[in-house]
Order: sequence, then C-alpha cells, then structure tokens
Amino acid sequence: MKRRDRTLILIILSGLILVAASIFVAIAMKKTVSFFYAPQDVAQNPPKIGTNVRLGGLVKSGSIIRGAEGKIDFIVTDGMAEIKVEYVGIAPDLFREGQGVIAEGQFISNDNFKASRILAKHDENYIPKEVATALKKSGQWKEPTSAAKYDGGRK
Amino acid sequence: MIIELGHFALFIALAAALLQAISGLYAGHTRNLTYSNMANGASDVAFIAVIFSFFVLVYAYLTSDFSVKNVAENSHTLKPLIYKIAGAWGNHEGSMLLWVVVAAGYGSSLAHFGKSLSFGLKARAMGIQGLIIAAVVGYVVFASNPFLRLDTPPLQGNDLNPLLQDPALAIHPPFLYLGYVGLSLVYSLAIAGLMEGKIDAAWARWLRPWVLASWVFLTIGILLGAYWAYYELGWGGWWFWDPVENASFMPWLLATALLHSAIVTEKRGALAAWTVLLSILAFSLSLLGTFLVRSGVITSVHAFALDPGRGIWILMILAFFTGGGLLLYGLKGAKMASDKGLFAPISRETALILNNLFLVVACFTILVGTLYPLVGEAIYGRAISVGAPYFNAVFTPLMSVILLVLPLATMLSWKRAVLVTSSKKLVWVALVAILGGLLVAFLAKNKPMSAVGIAIGIWVILAAIFEISNRIGLGKMPLVQSLKRLQGLRLMAIGMFLAHLGVGIFTISAVIETSFKTETTKGLASGESVVFGGYKIKLDAIEASEGPNYYGDKAILSVRRRNDAFAMSPERRYYPAAKMPTTEVARHTNAFGELYIALGEPSIVDGRAVWTLRLYENPMIGWLFGGCMIIALGGVLSLLDRGLRIGAPKAKVKP
Repeated sequence: MKRRDRTLILIILSGLILVAASIFVAIAMKKTVSFFYAPQDVAQNPPKIGTNVRLGGLVKSGSIIRGAEGKIDFIVTDGMAEIKVEYVGIAPDLFREGQGVIAEGQFISNDNFKASRILAKHDENYIPKEVATALKKSGQWKEPTSAAKYDGGRK
Repeated sequence: MIIELGHFALFIALAAALLQAISGLYAGHTRNLTYSNMANGASDVAFIAVIFSFFVLVYAYLTSDFSVKNVAENSHTLKPLIYKIAGAWGNHEGSMLLWVVVAAGYGSSLAHFGKSLSFGLKARAMGIQGLIIAAVVGYVVFASNPFLRLDTPPLQGNDLNPLLQDPALAIHPPFLYLGYVGLSLVYSLAIAGLMEGKIDAAWARWLRPWVLASWVFLTIGILLGAYWAYYELGWGGWWFWDPVENASFMPWLLATALLHSAIVTEKRGALAAWTVLLSILAFSLSLLGTFLVRSGVITSVHAFALDPGRGIWILMILAFFTGGGLLLYGLKGAKMASDKGLFAPISRETALILNNLFLVVACFTILVGTLYPLVGEAIYGRAISVGAPYFNAVFTPLMSVILLVLPLATMLSWKRAVLVTSSKKLVWVALVAILGGLLVAFLAKNKPMSAVGIAIGIWVILAAIFEISNRIGLGKMPLVQSLKRLQGLRLMAIGMFLAHLGVGIFTISAVIETSFKTETTKGLASGESVVFGGYKIKLDAIEASEGPNYYGDKAILSVRRRNDAFAMSPERRYYPAAKMPTTEVARHTNAFGELYIALGEPSIVDGRAVWTLRLYENPMIGWLFGGCMIIALGGVLSLLDRGLRIGAPKAKVKP
C-alpha cells in the first residue's frame, strides 16, 4: 500500500471514530447532565419531579433534625425561599448549620427534596461556585471569613 | 533572615532559568559548545537554588515560624513531625514551589544523564525546559510567594487541614508532580526535535525513558490519591469522576498512549509526527490539570479554598506553552519526512494505532465532560453539572474496546501479520473468558454488563500469561530450560507482561467492586447490634480518644462471622485548631474484600445516644489497588531495562 493511501485511511479512520465519539458524547450528555437549583429558582422554573438535579444554598440555622437510622432532615435556604431536604446516611464532615451545601438528588414536590448524596467539602473556607452565585443573587452573600483571624482573610 | 534567603534564592533560580533558556536555545541555533555548557551549568544553579528555597520552607514549618504567613495558615506546633514536613506542600504556594523543584530537577538530570543526545537536540531541550522553569518560578515569585511575612505573627497556627494529615496524602503530591512535571521534559524534547527538524527513531529512544518515568510516577500518584479518598473520606468509594481526579487522569491517558506510540517510532520509525503531537498535548493537559485544581473554576468535591485571580496566571502559562507548541507543530510537523516505516493494515503498528486512537478519544470525552459545566451555563442559561453517569456511559465502552484489542496487539508481529495465525493462538483464551463471563451472568442475574466486564478482564489476564509462557516455551521444554529463558528475557518484556496483567486484575476487581458492593446505614445505641453481610456487629461502647492535635469519639465494635471474631473501632475526630471534624474509618480485610465501617454523628432517641454507622462491604478492593501497583511495577521494570537507560548508546534500528 502506498504511503499516501495509508495516511489517508488513518485520517479517515480517526475522523470516523471522533465523529462517532462526539455523537456518543452528545447523547450521553443530554441524558445525564443535571441542573443546579437554588431555592429561589424553583418558583420561576419548576423542576421536573423525579429527575436528578443539584440543590444548593445554606443549611438553615436550627433546621437539622437527626433521626434514627442515619436519617437527616434539614432546610436549604438562599434567603428568598426554602426547600425541605431529607437524606439518609452520614453527612460529610463539614455539613453544618449556616454553611453552604450542595445536595444531589430529586425533587419530590416543589418544596421537598430527596437527597441521594450531600457533596462534601474538604475545606471550611471553600464555598461552591454555584452556591456563591445564588447567594449573591439573593443578597445573602458574605465574604468568607477565613479561619485566619489575624488578617481577616486569605489572599 | 533565613526566610529571606529562601525568598532570594527564588530570584537566583529565576535568573538561572532564564539564562538556561537563552543560552540553550542560542547554543542549539549556533552549535556553540560554550553556550551549551552554560545552559547545563545554569540548570544546576536553578535546581540548587529552588531546592534550597524549598528546604527553607520546610525548615520554617519544622520550627513553626508563624511569622511566615504560609506556615501560620497551615501549621501548628502540636502537629506530628511528618505532617509538619508534608504541610510545606499541602497548600497552594508550597505545592507550586514543589512543582518548580521537580521541573528544575528534571532539567538538571537531562543535563547530566543526557550525554548521548545529539548536541542540538539536547541544547534546545535544555532551553525549552529553562523557559518552563522560568515561567513557573516567575509565577511563584510574583503571584504565589510562600515566604510572605506577617507584621504581627500569631502565637499559634491554623493547622493543616486535617484531611491532609495522612501518610498517603503526604506523599501523593510529590509523586503526582514527578509525573505531571516529568511530562514537561517530554514536551521540551518534542519541541527541540521540531526545531531541529529531525524526529526519528533515535529521538524516540531518548524520549521513552522520560515518558516511562513520568508515567510510573503519575500512576503511583493517582493510585495514592484514590486510596486516600477511599479510606479517609469515609464514603466507601475510590473514584468519583470529580474534575480534580479527571485533571490527573487525562495526562495519564495521553502518557499511556505516548508510551505505546513512542515504541512504534523507535522500533519502526513510523508515527513520528503523531508522537510529537502527543508529547505536546500530554504536557498541556498537565498544565490544564494544575489550572483546574488551583483555580477553582469548576466545582469539585475535592476543592479547597482558592483564589481565582491566580488562576489567570496559570492559564496564561498554559496558553503560551500549548499555543506555542501547537503553532510550531503546525509549521514544522507536516514536514517531518521521517515517517519511513511502512506497515500493512494488519500489523502490530495498526493495533497500536488503534490503542492510541481510543486512548485519545477516551481522554477527549473526559475533557468534554470536565469542561462542559463552563460552557453549559452559556447554553442552558443556568448552572449545570456533569457527573459519574456521563463518564461511566462514555468511558466504559471505549475502554472495553481497548482491552479487547490489547491481547491481539501483543500477538501480532511488526510490519505485517496474519490475523488468523495470530488469533488462532488465542482461541482457547477467548473461550475461557467467554465461559467465565457466562458463569458470572448465570450466578449473578440481572448484571449482564458485569459479566461482560469480567470476561474482558479474564481475556486480558490469560492472554498476558499465555503470551509470556509462549515466549519462554513453558510446557514445550523442560521447566529448567523455561526458567533459564525467563531469566534471559528482556526486562522490558517482563514489564509489558506485568503492566498488562495489572490492567486485567484492575479491570476484574473494578467491575466486581462496582457491581457487587453492598452498603447500609444503621443507628446503634451501646449494647445493640446489627447483622450485615453475614457479619454480626455489636456496639460495645463509645470511648473518648485523644491525639496530639485532636480529640474525638471512638466506637468499640465487636464483630463476628462464623468462627471469626475481631474488634473494629471507627472514629470521629475533631481538630480544634482547624475547627474541622474528620472520619477515621475502620477496615477489616480478607483475601477477597473488606468490611468498611464509618462512624457518623449521634442523635438522641428516647433519651439514649444513638450512633449512626455506615457499613460497606467492598469486594476485591485490595486487588483493585494491587492491580494498579502491578501496572506501575511493570513500568519500573521496563525503565530498568538496559536498552532504555537514559545514557543508552545510539538507536539500534536505523530507519
């Protein structure tokens, strides 16, 4: 086989694989992509019940109720609206009242959410970008105060 | 004073790296020996300067010098010694300093060990490497200085994030960087080759040890990270397709492809242009990884507090080296007239091309999934996330294809092969694999995909064993003679066998672990027990525990299964300085899996404290990590092969 033919075949082959992969990617993406909701988004843009989404905001102070068998109920708020969340399992180490949280799961009604996973953070000062944006929108945003008390924040 | 010296050494390193860049490139252009020697000397100065600076930072941590902002934010006098040392790179500034230490180390070792390289190639590679070092040292000096002082030093520090106070995570960053940053030297050699206009078998031969070394380190680095996530986070999982994980996995996939394509270029003189392109892209993805991890543009479960402003700097470095590299490739790559090795459509070359295509496409799909949330917001008008379902849907089938082709590739001969003769040898292997799959399908109903996965794993393992025993004539001649043959085998051949064997073991274990693990959550008061997976687990008591910089609660569990009785004690710790709790899981391992228990927070039910336990039974988990170790071991053996020594003489095969 001539060199040029070989190169041509290779290019066509890689092109085909890439096109096939792209179609594949697009289909998979359409099926699996999940939207982010802040509590205030629900009124304007009601979520489809039973599809996987992410819900983010602050854990309302005083709202965490720990039941038997690892059941945890709490309320996610962004200052404009509130959503009740139920979860079974061990919450991540940094899951606390007054802190930012992202829950993965499904809406069971417009103000009830069943979480299958609560996203953990590894760092007290980290606030997920989506939560920060949502809080800024509702005017609840406070600059994170770093544990570094002496300089009022990390640079 | 010593802190200022450490800071000052960074300026020396910057100047030396710039000198290395200029004199190296100039020497390559003029073929002037003096300038080339100057570049080599400058690389040593740069290396010694950054090493010094790095030790100063470690010293500041060891002496708990809280007048240094970085130490005050990440250390504590009561922290155990090993984490004082590891704390030096357990933060943004320190880790970027480690980055330049590794980059300068690679540059300096090319100067010393690359004696057999052609003059121009080496000088230019030294120059490009100098440019990379200078760019990142510049970033450290001007945007991420670890030696910043505080006007009023606090009496005590904030402590290192307790999740990072862990042996696996203490050595995870050095390994990861030895891998990531090793690809910078691969990039430098590729660019130097393009500038020289000569990419041939000899070039590939010089390239391979560096690719292999980076790949081994990257493999171990990723493994350590996954292992840490598994036992420290208490979620029972080892891979979450999180952006930060993907950031390390993408360069690994390309380095794996590069490893295979460089063999074709060396042995057959083919695929030269492609190997160069892969080299450029692999390093670009390393830089992209650094950017994603350090800028926080994408929400990650592994994210730490970050400063997005700094991300811009890394993005600029990324744009410069990727853009520059690809531009040069566009101008010169097509003119590489060194693609001399002809081969037939059915040959080992073609099989390795398929391997490369699929690895690159797999990397591409992960890249799309990782970056999609950035563009998705513009498309959908709201924040989105791409999670494990996407990655499992696209990555698994692509990998399956690669693994199906793998054994065939090792059987095919170079240049021209007859598929029938080559595959005939594997008929029995294929039959056993299919039978194994059917058996799994029969035993575990409703899990057809797991059966397929396990069959593929058996296929890869048996084919690897078959191939090596074929080579040493096992069973065809007396055993003593076979063993002698084994001794005579090139380390490279044994390395390949081990790496492929490891891939097979990993595949089976990962499939079994993912499809057959069980978990449950249960609340227990003292004296109560639960039955899970054949184990009877009783909560005897909750005890207070205390360490140098933490205190906590420890559950004393007695576990029974048939005649087996043992104790387990998962723990919840609280680190007051960092104001953070952590979960310390308890694990009981046997040959085929492990019982994994995490302790949650207590709740008061009917006046009694009820402690939440999360119980997992993870089959094959040890084999899963062991498989990765075997893969890395295969790489190490290949690296020790005499033909691959960095100082190896000229290429045997002249194109």
